[in-house]
Amino acid sequence: MADESGAKRSPLLTPFNMIAGIIVLIGLIITAIRFTGGLAAVTNLSDNNPWGIWIGFDLLVGVALAAGGYVTSAAVYLFGMKRYHSAVRPAILTGFLGYALVVIALNYDVGRFWRLPYPFIMQQGTTSLLFEVAACVALYLTVLFLEFSPAALEWLGLKRLRNLIVKLTILLTIFGVILSTLHQSSLGALFLIAPSKLHPLWYSPYLPVYFFVTSIVAGLSMVIFESTLSGRYFGDKMDDVHKEEANHVALGFGKAASLVLAGYFIVKMVGISTANTWHYLNSGYGLWFLVEMLGFVALPCFLYAIGVRDKNVKLIKWTSALTVFGIILNRLNISLIAFNWHLPSSERYFPSLMEIGISVFLVTLGILAFRFIVTHMPIFYEHPDYTDAH
Amino acid sequence: MDGAINTLHEFMLHTENITYILVVISLVGITAFWRFLTDRDEE
Repeated sequence: MADESGAKRSPLLTPFNMIAGIIVLIGLIITAIRFTGGLAAVTNLSDNNPWGIWIGFDLLVGVALAAGGYVTSAAVYLFGMKRYHSAVRPAILTGFLGYALVVIALNYDVGRFWRLPYPFIMQQGTTSLLFEVAACVALYLTVLFLEFSPAALEWLGLKRLRNLIVKLTILLTIFGVILSTLHQSSLGALFLIAPSKLHPLWYSPYLPVYFFVTSIVAGLSMVIFESTLSGRYFGDKMDDVHKEEANHVALGFGKAASLVLAGYFIVKMVGISTANTWHYLNSGYGLWFLVEMLGFVALPCFLYAIGVRDKNVKLIKWTSALTVFGIILNRLNISLIAFNWHLPSSERYFPSLMEIGISVFLVTLGILAFRFIVTHMPIFYEHPDYTDAH
Repeated sequence: MDGAINTLHEFMLHTENITYILVVISLVGITAFWRFLTDRDEE
């Protein structure tokens, strides 16, 4: 458990801090260029490729990997799986930071950040998917902030406000699950408008279903993956309950992820069957599709199952990393790699170094914020004043 | 029949045939997979 009073102050000039500092410095310089020179100054975006990695990676991957918040809180507070309670706060924190970074990343793409509230006050109608995504992300970020706030309020010593928000837990969880169901699927639905641009193996009328189902897999795997990294780098901040429950969380979430991956594999095959796109499998894109489906869906599904059967937590942890990579690959395939597949290679999009720089910058900001919060607030341990609160 | 699909009806017949077979295989498969996943739970 963390002992703030007795903890030694760690040196400032560690390799991690220096690398993070350089990344942040470069990120700030690119940010200045982006907001003074426009998109053309820093990106390879064009009329053919208006969405680059700031949407494909920062937004689509960011939202999917931040799904651990609603998945874990639903499991614990709605389905009554109290044995996973210690995973809630880290998952909510990851989700909150993930969504916050998604909104920041969106500002880089949209540009005029003071127009962020425009979907709510100046728009042509509420039937737009982008309106739905904007509304859900804005509301869900607020929900995640409120769900995360008890940890910050315990740290600040604001007991009454903290107790008030804790009473809203069930309501916030239900709201979070509804909002996540809506916008996770709507992000997939955004691509329904482009059947001629997205490769037939990835395009499907079921895209919203695919995005929602994979968000559950992403959430479950991300909780295991994040818990593994936290145990390694922030083990000294964890109390005994967190350490004891970590293996139960890995086994339980690994089993759920295995079953959901099996279901996802089935609905993907049904999607190919109803669209009759089998013949595309015998092509370069088909081979790439099989790599994604067999290497990053079927294989982790099987490895999770073996890990659960053998109670092999180490295998489950490695599989979670494989699955997280698979989710990243899936979102990049849909938004970038299999998108505009018919265009000649000279017209295809590849991100500029500065686009990649901003994505690395935002991930680094997330890691730094996560580190600050878990070293100061009761995320991996229960605050001594609230030990009976759960 | 040469296997060519000329009408929407033929397309639906062809794809639905394969999909129904896939769904039956999937239902049996997911049941077997669930047993594989959980048969050591009681230990």
